[in-house]
Amino acid sequence: MSFQRTQEKLKILADAAKYDVSCSSSGSQRANKNKGLGDSTGMGICHSYTEDGRCVSLLKILLTNFCIFDCAYCVTRKSNDIKRAAFKVQEVVDLTINFYRRNYIEGLFLSSGIFKSADYTMERLVAVAKKLRLEENFNGYIHLKSIPGASDELMREAGLYADRLSVNIEIPTEAGLKKLAPDKKREDFIKPMVKVKNEIIQYKAEKKIIKSTPKYAPAGQSTQMIIGASGENDFQIMQTSNFFYNSYNLKRVYYSGYVPISYDERLPQIGTAVPMLRENRLYQTDWLMRFYGFDVSEILNEQHQNLELDIDPKLSWALRNLHEFPVDINTADKRMLARIPGLGMKSVHKILNARRFRNLNWDHLKKIGVALNRAQYFIVCESNQFERRDLTSDKIKGFILQNSTSKYRKTLSNQLSLFG
Amino acid sequence: MQEKCLIYDGTFDGFLSAVFYTFEHKLELVNIQNEFAPQNELFSENEHILTEEDKANRVWSGLKTKLTSQGSYQMYYAFLSEKDGVENVLLDYVRYAFSKNTKVDKDYSHPSVLKIAQIAKMVGREKHRMEAFVRFRLTKDHIYFANIEPDFNVLPLIQKHFKRRYADQKWMIYDIRRRYGLFYDLDKVDIINMDFPKQFDFTKTNSDYFAEQEFDFQKLWQDYFKATNIKSRKNMKLHVRHVPKRYWKYLSEKQST
Ligand code: SF4
Repeated sequence: MSFQRTQEKLKILADAAKYDVSCSSSGSQRANKNKGLGDSTGMGICHSYTEDGRCVSLLKILLTNFCIFDCAYCVTRKSNDIKRAAFKVQEVVDLTINFYRRNYIEGLFLSSGIFKSADYTMERLVAVAKKLRLEENFNGYIHLKSIPGASDELMREAGLYADRLSVNIEIPTEAGLKKLAPDKKREDFIKPMVKVKNEIIQYKAEKKIIKSTPKYAPAGQSTQMIIGASGENDFQIMQTSNFFYNSYNLKRVYYSGYVPISYDERLPQIGTAVPMLRENRLYQTDWLMRFYGFDVSEILNEQHQNLELDIDPKLSWALRNLHEFPVDINTADKRMLARIPGLGMKSVHKILNARRFRNLNWDHLKKIGVALNRAQYFIVCESNQFERRDLTSDKIKGFILQNSTSKYRKTLSNQLSLFG
Repeated sequence: MQEKCLIYDGTFDGFLSAVFYTFEHKLELVNIQNEFAPQNELFSENEHILTEEDKANRVWSGLKTKLTSQGSYQMYYAFLSEKDGVENVLLDYVRYAFSKNTKVDKDYSHPSVLKIAQIAKMVGREKHRMEAFVRFRLTKDHIYFANIEPDFNVLPLIQKHFKRRYADQKWMIYDIRRRYGLFYDLDKVDIINMDFPKQFDFTKTNSDYFAEQEFDFQKLWQDYFKATNIKSRKNMKLHVRHVPKRYWKYLSEKQST
């Protein structure tokens, strides 16, 4: 490995890969075999954090940033005037192994621009994973990007060596995709997803019969959508997301606030703020959907097409559904506890455990870590002090905002002033 | 009744022996202290506790029937915090556990149970940080070496993780503050004490000790770290919350070379 050339390539190809926000390295259960290198059985570890506060857990690079396509939102697009580079298969293997041995990373996240053809590119991605597994006996985490349009045969092989596969749908609606990535067809994204989903199902079925069936993409597949590039509202975004979760057994959908990278007039211009707060609200909605037992239509629907930026989506739901409250902390079921603003799932479990010993009062709740600033308007507990006034939603919202020290407050006022 | 001060040798077995002693002698007012901790012996009667493994085991297996497995590991974690006075909170916890017929470790409305759970959580966080922030550097004699300075005594907790993960390389993790380390020789993990050369600077990678390629890979890692950052999303407050400054000095990506 020539240090200088590798160094140059790494700078270019890490820079080009950074807009993919997925960094998860958990959920694999790939154990160390035959005293080889690595183990992915635990929770994924963030080994460091970038200065923008994102987890660094995988070596996230492109194999190459040469690309025959011209998607408007992408730095790698053909028409963009940038330095291009391409790694050799062995270089990626060496970097991964040496970073892993030093405990810098949990594994590799390899994506690529499309050079020559989808299959030609996918073949090389698969070659890296194969080499790591078979020659280096590497049991760390491998996430490969499925190249839209790659053949079923290659996708099948990819899943044998990778822990996770992903195709980024990037643009939430078909109309948006047509406008911004005219070379791409929605079917091309969906085809590899269907293939991977079917393989996972097939392998699971076989696994029941033959115990030694190799694991197929044990950490499942994920996708990413860019937020704020093509004018979709939150309702459309979350509907697409919900559709992908349900139809393709996705493990995760990532939402990535669009970082302006060009002067293309179809897109927000350079200098426009990244919609980080909105991105955060979408993630919160995603969590409510997956872990809190909400149906997406309770939060976003024809009447409410966008999430409120100044309050979180659960609070927003609660304010629209005051008839469901107050909830009695000491008797409510889990489902309803999870719906109280200011209560995370951890607090819900703590409450369920602790209330078996005694009825809980405000003091207990505070110690458990409940955000009473929000919760107090929605609950009663072992105390004769509770909100007795018949407050309207607006009043409650006002009180909560007045007392909140939301970390987003500043961002919020910045973003609002942009609109105003 | 006068308070009795029980002084033990700093080990977990020693602590459990002290607990045994309080039950055996039906002591009520006690203060359990590590022999290395600064003491105020003037005001109390002192008793030096002998560490006895079988007594320790009796207490521990008794406790295990009184706690869920999470409860017993929380006790061990909290013990490793080495926090001033944690032994006495643990003792209170033990007494409460033995006084009840149901398992109490989820009863967060009891002050000692809550406190231990909180301390255990801090120790757990430090354990995870160390699993994340250990940076191995390859030495000239092919050992991947890392030094750490954790807030709590977490080496015993991270051993399994590193053994499982780095099964095919020799490695050593050394706790500079507590002056001992773990060494894996491709077969088993041993606890070791080491003398470092007087001039040895743990924050620097010196070519007298470290392999040549070590410099290349550190440089590549730093470049990677820089390249992967998105400037328009910069958020140092969040960054520092995840990677508190006190850990920076041993993180390769934070060194400027
Ligand atoms: S195909 Fe992929 S890499 Fe190429 S321009 Fe489109 S998004 Fe970018």
